[in-house]
Amino acid sequence: MNESLKRTPLYELHQKLGARMVPFGGWEMPVQYAGVIEEHRAVRQAAGLFDVSHMGEFEISGPQALDLIQLVSTNNAAKLAVGEVQYSLMCYENGTVVDDILVYRLGEHRYWLVVNAGNTQKDWEWINVARERAGLRNLELVNRSDEIALLALQGPKAEEILQPLAPGAVLSEMAPFTHKMGVTVAGVPTLVLSRTGYTGEDGFEIYVKAGDAAALWEALLEAGEDEGLLPCGLGARDTLRFEAKLPLYGHEISDQHNPLEAGLGFAVKLKKGVDFIGREALAQIKERGLTRKLVGIEMIDRGIPRQGYPVAVGGQTVGEVTTGSFSPTLEKNIGLAYVPVEHSEVGTEVEVIIRGRALKARVVETPFYRSPHKR
Amino acid sequence: MANVPADLKYTKEHEWIRVEGNVGVVGITWFAQDQLGDVVFVELPEVGRELKQNEQFGVVESVKTVSDLYIPVSGKVVEVNTKLEGSPELINQDPYGEGWILKIEIANPAELDSLLDAAGYEAFTKEG
Repeated sequence: MNESLKRTPLYELHQKLGARMVPFGGWEMPVQYAGVIEEHRAVRQAAGLFDVSHMGEFEISGPQALDLIQLVSTNNAAKLAVGEVQYSLMCYENGTVVDDILVYRLGEHRYWLVVNAGNTQKDWEWINVARERAGLRNLELVNRSDEIALLALQGPKAEEILQPLAPGAVLSEMAPFTHKMGVTVAGVPTLVLSRTGYTGEDGFEIYVKAGDAAALWEALLEAGEDEGLLPCGLGARDTLRFEAKLPLYGHEISDQHNPLEAGLGFAVKLKKGVDFIGREALAQIKERGLTRKLVGIEMIDRGIPRQGYPVAVGGQTVGEVTTGSFSPTLEKNIGLAYVPVEHSEVGTEVEVIIRGRALKARVVETPFYRSPHKR
Repeated sequence: MANVPADLKYTKEHEWIRVEGNVGVVGITWFAQDQLGDVVFVELPEVGRELKQNEQFGVVESVKTVSDLYIPVSGKVVEVNTKLEGSPELINQDPYGEGWILKIEIANPAELDSLLDAAGYEAFTKEG
């Protein structure tokens, strides 16, 4: 394993649990423990615990904190109340995507941006340059990624498992995309506890100081054992988010894609009253109309679509698969793909070129999976 | 840990072959299925296809990975394990038994000598 890879505070516990470790976004992360399908099903039916400490956290505070966020983020952070969380994107001037982020409003003038592990350095530089150019001096910007660990407890039984450990918080009162600060879980002081996640299920994300992560991890696993809680790796995280059509940077979104064609228009607020970076380009794209769209496909012939496989219509390549897999929940081979708008209607037949053979697939409704348990 | 039956021959691409008269039964090793994780798809060759030693003859896919299959010896495919089309997980559950992939009529038995024996394969997988 490459020695330059970073390790989370839970590295040794992952080894003890027999996790298979892989490089991901500059980190050495667990890809699976028991097996991707078993972990995937645990999250859909009971609960799973993920170490996602590789994610980056930037804290922005001070009177101009909101100004900076509004400048770099496509969503309207002015709508956030203290205690709320918002999904958003950072875009380049041309409207393509720097990263997708979560914006937490922690206090009157205090925010967190949670960014993808592999993009942390790029995002940090991007925000600093944006701040410099806009001359926003009345704020403090701190990269807290190294001091913060993040555990994600996901699945229909997440609240049931977590509540007894967190007597100071009434979890049933927490709506999706809200958070609480200073809650103690199993005796561990947490920084932020939010009802968020990346699996398409109900669940919580728990931010703690790096040094507290191991105690929390062990307490959660023990508390959830009888409920069917399993430690889960990045393999299941990917198949879960994919079934729920949650985008992954480098797949559905990148500097080659804009949020509108990715189906993320709900997080692009052109009329928020701030000329955010990428606004003009996105407004033009919206006015002209999209040329391609991200769609779900389901294989008709036998075969699994994979990232980068060409999508064709009548023998002509028209697009590309961004993520594809066997779906453990649907037990079908499915994919997400960019195709020209004229071939994006549900029901349209397309071909996926798999190892040189054109195999039949059809455009289907997305998300592929919607949780019956999700709040 | 590693499960390497003594009566089989192995390739460095992690296939095994069991010789039964002039026919070889071929599959992938315990080590290979463990590395792959949950197998969800197997692409089998046509019965009757002639293969040369080390030729790629199919594909095994896990949730995350696509892996090519290479034939240990030259010959003609006489049977494929069609059960794998509906139950690819047999490769995980029983890689040396129910998870066999194909049977090949061995064209040149001398090629078997170029394969690894159990001890050789075990040493090879430990080199990592």
